[in-house]
Amino acid sequence: MVMESLDAFRQRARDWLAGNLPRLPADAQPWNGMRVGTDEARRAKELQALLFEAGFAGLCFPKEYGGQGLAPEYQRAFGEEAQSYEMPLLFNTPTFTIIAPTILDLGTEAQKRRHLPAMIRGEELWVQFMSEPSGGSDLAGAITSAKFDGDNYLLNGSKIWSSYAAFSDYAICLARTDWDAVKHQGLTMFIVKIHQPGVEVNQIRQSDGGAEFCQEFFDDVPIPLENVLGKVNDGWTSAQRLLFHERSASGGASPYAVGVSGRRRDTVEDLVRLARARERSDDSHVRDLIAEIHVLQTVQAQTIERVTKGIASQGLPPTSGAVPRLFGSLNGVRRSDVTFEIAGTESIAWERADSPSTVGNDYIFRQAWSLGGGSVEMQRNIISERVLGMPREAAADRGIPFKEVRRNAPSK
Amino acid sequence: MALRRLSIGGNLDFDLTQEQQLFADTTRRFLADESDLAAVRELAESDVGFDAAWWQRAAELGWISLMVDESAGGLGLGSQGILYVGVVAEEVGRALAPGPLLPCSVVAATLSRSGNASQRSEVLPALVAGEATASWCFAEGGRSWSADAVQLEAKREGSSYRLRGVKAPVEAAGQAQHLLVSARCDGELTQFLVPADAEGVTIEALEGLDLARRFARVRFDDVQADEDSLVGSPGSAEQDIEQQLQLALAISCSESAGAVARVFDFTLEWVFDRYSFGRPLASYQALKHRFADMKTYLEGCHASVSAALHAMADGSAEAAMLVRVAKAFVGERAPAIVQECVQMHGGIGVTWEHDIHLYLRRVASNRVTFGEPREHRASIAGRLGI
Ligand SMILES: Cc1cc2nc3c(=O)[nH]c(=O)nc-3n(C[C@H](O)[C@H](O)[C@H](O)COP(=O)(O)OP(=O)(O)OC[C@H]3O[C@@H](n4cnc5c(N)ncnc54)[C@H](O)[C@@H]3O)c2cc1C
Repeated sequence: MVMESLDAFRQRARDWLAGNLPRLPADAQPWNGMRVGTDEARRAKELQALLFEAGFAGLCFPKEYGGQGLAPEYQRAFGEEAQSYEMPLLFNTPTFTIIAPTILDLGTEAQKRRHLPAMIRGEELWVQFMSEPSGGSDLAGAITSAKFDGDNYLLNGSKIWSSYAAFSDYAICLARTDWDAVKHQGLTMFIVKIHQPGVEVNQIRQSDGGAEFCQEFFDDVPIPLENVLGKVNDGWTSAQRLLFHERSASGGASPYAVGVSGRRRDTVEDLVRLARARERSDDSHVRDLIAEIHVLQTVQAQTIERVTKGIASQGLPPTSGAVPRLFGSLNGVRRSDVTFEIAGTESIAWERADSPSTVGNDYIFRQAWSLGGGSVEMQRNIISERVLGMPREAAADRGIPFKEVRRNAPSK
Repeated sequence: MALRRLSIGGNLDFDLTQEQQLFADTTRRFLADESDLAAVRELAESDVGFDAAWWQRAAELGWISLMVDESAGGLGLGSQGILYVGVVAEEVGRALAPGPLLPCSVVAATLSRSGNASQRSEVLPALVAGEATASWCFAEGGRSWSADAVQLEAKREGSSYRLRGVKAPVEAAGQAQHLLVSARCDGELTQFLVPADAEGVTIEALEGLDLARRFARVRFDDVQADEDSLVGSPGSAEQDIEQQLQLALAISCSESAGAVARVFDFTLEWVFDRYSFGRPLASYQALKHRFADMKTYLEGCHASVSAALHAMADGSAEAAMLVRVAKAFVGERAPAIVQECVQMHGGIGVTWEHDIHLYLRRVASNRVTFGEPREHRASIAGRLGI
């Protein structure tokens, strides 16, 4: 079969989108992964199924796992065409851009055949069970335990801050399988079905009023051996793969994403609209702020491109992925400040009949930009120690069995 | 403890072709052999900002031929020439080399594009060979660095013109043989190339922050300019000036990025070697995190400069926006990073003896020339349609 040309593909995508997907309203807010609930999850699955039926799902995934086996430029073209349409963006992070590539790297053939097509058909939303109440930065310090009972691993403990868990289907979960080994050598990565007996999922109310992230409690949850992702007691290697994809995906560069990233956050259209709505677009200070954000967004995108090339050509070490991530976190914070400033009084007091100010609440939740997916302090540790080679921090947990390491008490 | 640095400030551009990389290496070697900071310090004491014989050797490496057509003695690299100019400017920044790279490049590129036959056959080859130098008389004192702010008057008198006005600061005017002057003729932008020793031209040396860079105020008191001194036709210079401005911004941003990369490198080395409380400074998290931030913004500087250079090389319509984005970013960040590096040095960082202030002088100066970051943000806002 002859490969469809990029232009022909783009045209076909354009025609199909126009006939089959709803357009976003002109003033739609850029997707930021917030204010997502059960309805949004259901809708994302519907949309993903529609894409799948039309042959526009999993464009860069291998055909044998339900994808289309196309080159990244096809995904990019589709993303560009799809920008002004409603897209199942909830599938991007972590399902398509972080978890799927990790499964592609580490999964058994059976795991790939079981799960990748199900994701691409829109049947399985995935989440990450990494952070724990006793600590998220120190990922390898996980104390959720999985003990082999002869048939299954039995999972006990708690995970927290897992985004979207309440309305998702599967998780990948890092747990301790050997307490006598040193910290990094006693971990295993598992595939866990979220909604099953023994798993309690509680939504956590966030400071912005939303409830995207959750806490889970595990009580002897049986995990079959075939759900080990990677090797037993080598879960740290699996986690490194996952973190690698997480770093690579930041900035929308992943070929596995659905859509470029939809309504892109890297434009200042929404700020311009806000300034006009507040009749402040002539204010030279406001114009300066918007241009500043445009500069930061542009340079962030350019930095992602540069670092990606630098890593590929070995001009930069692979850990340099932390550079655009840190850049992105700092920009997220700055953008939040600028948005709040431009919005003015309407973001602190509004009519009862109006819906609550998203700008104000986004500002309240601002530091999430500096925490989610690894805090800025952790990014700074990576850059200084593993890009610049500066001495590592002293640690009190090296070279001793993990069970002897001092740690925070597990939560009840 | 064996301490090893994994990465240095790095190259500006990971997209260089082999040929461009080779050119970069040659440039770097030349600067290592033929320019050092002791020489820069000596120049600080002298009236001239650079040594003419030195400049001629630099020009022999092709520095001024990069943006010039083959027919006028250049290399004929077409729009790709800008990538090589970026390489030279980055290395000049790293070495803090003196010399009129920016004004000569701007004037040469302009004459190659819009010069008349005699400008192309007489003036250009001398610039390319480094036998003569030129200055770009554009800014007018306190006003903004934009074409809109040009007010120097060119009054038509028969077939010739009379120039009246003041340009400042003008880089390297004291040693230049030729002056490219932007003016208004019947209200429209027009450019002239006049000899620096023309009657009515007064060049007053200014004191400058950058020790290896001389600025001057150039007065034009009824300077007679005949038709042959026009660059392009009267009233049609807007395009040329935009190109000149883009080139100047690209050069000064490349230079600043190179300078910051160098400062970052030696500062990183310093914190590995300097001990306090029995530990190297590099082991303190408070400082490590500041290095991580600096590294992040340094990569941002490199990324924005290289994106701007490539947009120009590709003749992209986005170039006008991207050079301004680069200036707004680099202009802000380069001095901030160098100041942070001064802090990392402690007291020695604020001495005349230490070289870091030489770099700070260069990037601080580059922040101001061709428009402050804020001025470019205003232009960006306009380009965004606000
Ligand atoms: C919006 C959002 C979504 C998230 N989604 C998920 C998810 O889907 N799945 C998941 O597993 N987790 C998720 N997280 C959790 C996130 O990864 C953690 O919050 C983060 O890693 C920090 O862990 P912690 O909250 O336990 O804070 P801690 O690790 O206790 O850290 C507290 C503070 O101390 C700093 N700190 C810690 N150690 C050091 C050190 N060595 N040096 C310097 N500073 C240090 C941290 O940077 C932080 O500022 C999410 C978080 C947010 C905000």
